[in-house]
Amino acid sequence: MWVRILAVFIKELKQLSRDRMTFGMIVMIPLVQLMLFGYAINTDARHIPVGLVDLSQTAESRALEQAVTATQSVNFVARYRSIKDAETALTRGDIKAFLYLPPDMTRRLFGHPRYDAKQTDSPLTRPVGQWIVDGSDTVIASTIRALRDMPLNEIADHNTVRPTASFAVVQYYNPEQRTVVNIVPGLVAVILTMTMILFTSAAIVREHEQGNMEFLITTPVSPMELMIGKIAPYILVGLVQVAIILSMGHWVFSVPIQGGLLSLLSGAILFIFASLTLGLVISTIVKTQLQAMQLTIFILLPSILLSGFMFPYDAMPVPAQWIAEALPVTHFMRMIRAIVLRDANIVLLGKDALWLGLFAIGGLIVASLRFKKKLE
Amino acid sequence: MNHATPSQPPEMTYAIESKGLTKRFGNSIAVNQLDLAIPKGCIYGFLGPNGCGKSTTIRLLTGLLVPSEGEVSILGAPLAGHEESLKNRIGYMTQKFSLYDNLTVRENLNFVGAIYGFSGRRKKARIEELLSLYDLEQQAKQFAGSMSGGQKQRLALACATLHSPELLFLDEPTSAVDPENRREFWERLFDLSSTGTTILVSTHYMDEAERCHALAIMEQGHKRADGSPQMLMDTMPAAVVEIRGDQLRQLKQRLTEQKQILSAAQIGSNLRILVKKDVTDPLAFIQQFSADREIALTRPSLEDVFVTSTGGRHVG
Repeated sequence: MWVRILAVFIKELKQLSRDRMTFGMIVMIPLVQLMLFGYAINTDARHIPVGLVDLSQTAESRALEQAVTATQSVNFVARYRSIKDAETALTRGDIKAFLYLPPDMTRRLFGHPRYDAKQTDSPLTRPVGQWIVDGSDTVIASTIRALRDMPLNEIADHNTVRPTASFAVVQYYNPEQRTVVNIVPGLVAVILTMTMILFTSAAIVREHEQGNMEFLITTPVSPMELMIGKIAPYILVGLVQVAIILSMGHWVFSVPIQGGLLSLLSGAILFIFASLTLGLVISTIVKTQLQAMQLTIFILLPSILLSGFMFPYDAMPVPAQWIAEALPVTHFMRMIRAIVLRDANIVLLGKDALWLGLFAIGGLIVASLRFKKKLE
Repeated sequence: MNHATPSQPPEMTYAIESKGLTKRFGNSIAVNQLDLAIPKGCIYGFLGPNGCGKSTTIRLLTGLLVPSEGEVSILGAPLAGHEESLKNRIGYMTQKFSLYDNLTVRENLNFVGAIYGFSGRRKKARIEELLSLYDLEQQAKQFAGSMSGGQKQRLALACATLHSPELLFLDEPTSAVDPENRREFWERLFDLSSTGTTILVSTHYMDEAERCHALAIMEQGHKRADGSPQMLMDTMPAAVVEIRGDQLRQLKQRLTEQKQILSAAQIGSNLRILVKKDVTDPLAFIQQFSADREIALTRPSLEDVFVTSTGGRHVG
């Protein structure tokens, strides 16, 4: 049995090393994705282009404009004479929002308790201006919404005492709140899902398409030997990718690697194994390599969207969480973030580890049972 | 594993036996009620046009396809249920090259050797033996995908016979090979046959079919004739008449309209005519149509047998 597994393993490894395109992809996919996600994806919106309709035209209105710019949330890119002009620009998409300062803005400001602590909130207190926002993009809308309670005392020269916060917040594990810290470990899970399923989903069907299978199934090789021999080389490939992503993440994006190497390695191997067997099951279902690709994407999309990589798992509706639980990547997403960022060990994550293990063994059995040494 | 008991010696003389073997794909019947009894140690041919069910039959006999009806015994054991244990005793060379293009000749052989449970010195010795036997020593380090048709075919035969199978299936082995290599290839087949290997080979070449000890002529899933080439030619239910002369195309046109004429085909400056056996004097019969040409009876060839048995099909 082991002789035959080894024979298939060596054969796959040799074929893989001679397929330059695939070999390049193993290295390039993680590198390119890491750079894209690391530099481009930022969930805290900044420097949103906005317009200004200033009907007040006073020193205070200019001071207010500067104070808003100083928050770095928005950039004033244009001025408009009327609300109508600004609305046209909003529709065109030149700006994402605009600030309207009414002619009596100065009077409103002086009567505002945030500007002058001696003033008290009364029914006569009015907001000093109005934001009109393109609300279709919720990230931008919420960024502008955060400006609603912006302090106004900085415009005045006199300093007022800031009210004490209701809660103190201490941010563990990612004190600077950099998105990339959460993205890099998550990216390990997403890229492994992508490459591992893709490689093996084509594994069986490729032998069929290239005509090798007809000979192979007249030999004494058993389905289980064939399956294990075929996925074994990709465990190495997967570990190489994990190493690339984490080391590049560490050196280029200063993502701290807190966890132990042993926990990381065992978690990664479990997940790679689970993804590979998922790919094998796909491979026993499809008839062509193109179908294998399509089915892989069908699995890949929910893996990216529901696993907690982009959107918090706990914020999803319960049925979506069920789907997410069924995907191996969700469990690994939890594990790798816990290990890399929070120094958790594999024992602490036993439930997720156990699930991945069961998934892998189940997948291997299903794939072996589905694989018939027949041509029909 | 041998599941035949010694008390049934007659069964043991057949390498392949099938009764009523039938394979349907949807509504079409690829193999129809095929009875075969192929003795051990012979080279047996399947002769027939493309799509006549040769490949399907081979796949049924190797256990790659499950028959819709009928029974198959391979090397004395019923095929159904013994597919896996028989795999060590049979070899199969597919119609399309089925080894790995991006592995070298030696790597392909190493892979197949390991799959058949060879290891260490035994594997190395067997591979060296095959490399020299099939004249592949120069190509040992060459990628299989970059070799010529003849070399690929020799590699495929080496892989199919690596484990010295008792029964070897060859599905149109020489379709991509030049005549010189085909000759060589058949020499190797007779070498294998002389060591006791039973060989079943499918072909659509008459000259190859003629080399077989026995053959079946197949058409549309049916077996039309079965026997040794000599016997098939001797018992052919038609006489062969050759006409030599001018304006053979017009003559052929007139002859093929006669129901006593099975076929008329021009070969060079001769017209070869198959006349049904129930015509008592074929020469006189032809004479009525063609007065002033040379007419002679001649020996039947395997092609004549083929044309006669695949009835209703006129070549020419």
